[in-house]
Amino acid sequence: MTRKVVITGISGRLGRIVARRLHHDLDWQIVGLDRRPMQGRPKDIELHQVDLRSKKARDVFRAGDVDALIHLGVMHDPRARPAELYSWNITGTTKILEYCQAYNVPKVVLVSSANVYGPRPDNPQFLTEDAPLLAAQRFPQMRDLVEIDHLVSTFLWRAQGVETVILRPVHIVGPVHNAPSNYLRIERPPILLGFDPMVQLIHVQDVAECIALALQPGRRGIYNLVGPGEVPLSTVLKELGREPVAIPHPFAKPILGIAFRLGLSSFPVAELDFIRYVCMVDGRRATAELGFRPQFGLRDTIHAVDELA
Amino acid sequence: MGLLDRLRRLSQDVASLRGPIPDDDIGGRTQALVVRGNEFGYDEFGLSRESFKSAAKVARWLYRSYFRASAFGIEHIPPTGRVIFVSNHSGQLPFDGLVIASAAFLEPAQPRLVRSMLEYFVPTVPFASYLFARWGQITGTPENCRRLLSAEEAVLVFPEGARGISKPFSQRYQLAEFGTGFMRLALEMGAPVIPVAVIGAEEQAPAVNIKPLARLLRTPSFPIVPYPPFFPLVPLPVKYRVYFGEPMSFTGDADDDDDVLDDKVKVVRNRIQSMIHLGLREREHVFW
Repeated sequence: MTRKVVITGISGRLGRIVARRLHHDLDWQIVGLDRRPMQGRPKDIELHQVDLRSKKARDVFRAGDVDALIHLGVMHDPRARPAELYSWNITGTTKILEYCQAYNVPKVVLVSSANVYGPRPDNPQFLTEDAPLLAAQRFPQMRDLVEIDHLVSTFLWRAQGVETVILRPVHIVGPVHNAPSNYLRIERPPILLGFDPMVQLIHVQDVAECIALALQPGRRGIYNLVGPGEVPLSTVLKELGREPVAIPHPFAKPILGIAFRLGLSSFPVAELDFIRYVCMVDGRRATAELGFRPQFGLRDTIHAVDELA
Repeated sequence: MGLLDRLRRLSQDVASLRGPIPDDDIGGRTQALVVRGNEFGYDEFGLSRESFKSAAKVARWLYRSYFRASAFGIEHIPPTGRVIFVSNHSGQLPFDGLVIASAAFLEPAQPRLVRSMLEYFVPTVPFASYLFARWGQITGTPENCRRLLSAEEAVLVFPEGARGISKPFSQRYQLAEFGTGFMRLALEMGAPVIPVAVIGAEEQAPAVNIKPLARLLRTPSFPIVPYPPFFPLVPLPVKYRVYFGEPMSFTGDADDDDDVLDDKVKVVRNRIQSMIHLGLREREHVFW
């Protein structure tokens, strides 16, 4: 019997990659929830172009035959209105967790991010899953992501009948549009003079693989996902042949702030701390309990940012 | 006799006084270090052999020629295995850390990489933020320390912290209060403690601390020295003596109250204090 999985945010690049992996290789029946149309959608993938907050989204679950939810529908668009983002992200997540509990969905997987811990000068080199989520303290823009993670963590403990898995991957790279991949694609990316933190990257295919592992019965909990290792930011940029422009950090905020407002850069100023301080995580729990091992090596993972066609 | 000749004679005298400088094989020693590097040559804390080698050359010059350091008790440095070096801390600038790390790297048959625990403000300082990491130094969080000890590495702790390094000249060689963090880690990780006494650092920058200015500038201290440029940027060429003591093992519960741990910490503190007294008795002069 094929099992049925609902994927929110399926039309994004990560969503499409996850859907393809589960559909082709693991034979899941896929139902997508997204406001956007899905490019290159196979006929047997059902897509409901609805808002998560609407009644129509509830109808997807009503039959009670959904075996799992993968929640990717978190919006980070730095140019969207914060109030709209907040309502979409927080209300949307609350609603969808409600449906899962009401219609007995046995498995919920949230793809959060290792960024929820926040880059800080006093971070230990490797943060474990029980470290506090401090990202929102310095960047209001991270607030939604942190709050969604908290919502789902609470759900994990409250809804004992549901196997909830929270994945916190490090910077996802590959043929995707997200802040780290976009940054690494800039020919002359800004860096901060005198700062060169160690960074961790993970290939988007490895994330999809881990989502498949998390869907197996019996898996429950919060897991950091780490790729093939850690390297200085400068090494990543050198490997990609970029020519970074070093800006003294006191000037970086105003300069980038103006560039962002004029539409010259899509790099939110608040995220400067990610190229200043470490925000790395310890992925040993996912290795031990989910059996996750990245398939892509360091070099392949770094070069994956150029795979975007 | 011209001034230049006098200077040359003086430098020859000094050279004959300290004996020949050993020909340290920095390249070979760096290669002999145990570094768990990846394909790009970086370990998980950002250490790279290449950067370490260049830094070791400078450190060697400071250790051998500038501070003309003598190390005692080298046989107490274990060639492998987890270990916590615990030392007194002084001299406004952390050259004592450099001298201890250089001794452990240059003197034993098997060189050891010593990881010192840096203050939390270091990652906010441009260049220092990543250079210290390239040389194997780490931000001093307990998690980092634990991780390194479980990987059988050597960690250097200054339990006096900022209280020690910024103390005024009038309190030289009097140990400030010790923190208990290192003892908790030693108990939890089953790591031996090697007490270290550093003689010489106290005189490298005979300073007084201007506390109101420090408060105003929000720095841990604001030391001034009685010679130009009045701020201790360059240490005086004092002679360093480093004493490594016998490894000390402790047993007990790492989660005990501070009072219980304090007794164990005092044992280490007293050992270091008596090593300092011994070192001061053996010393003939501050500068040679």
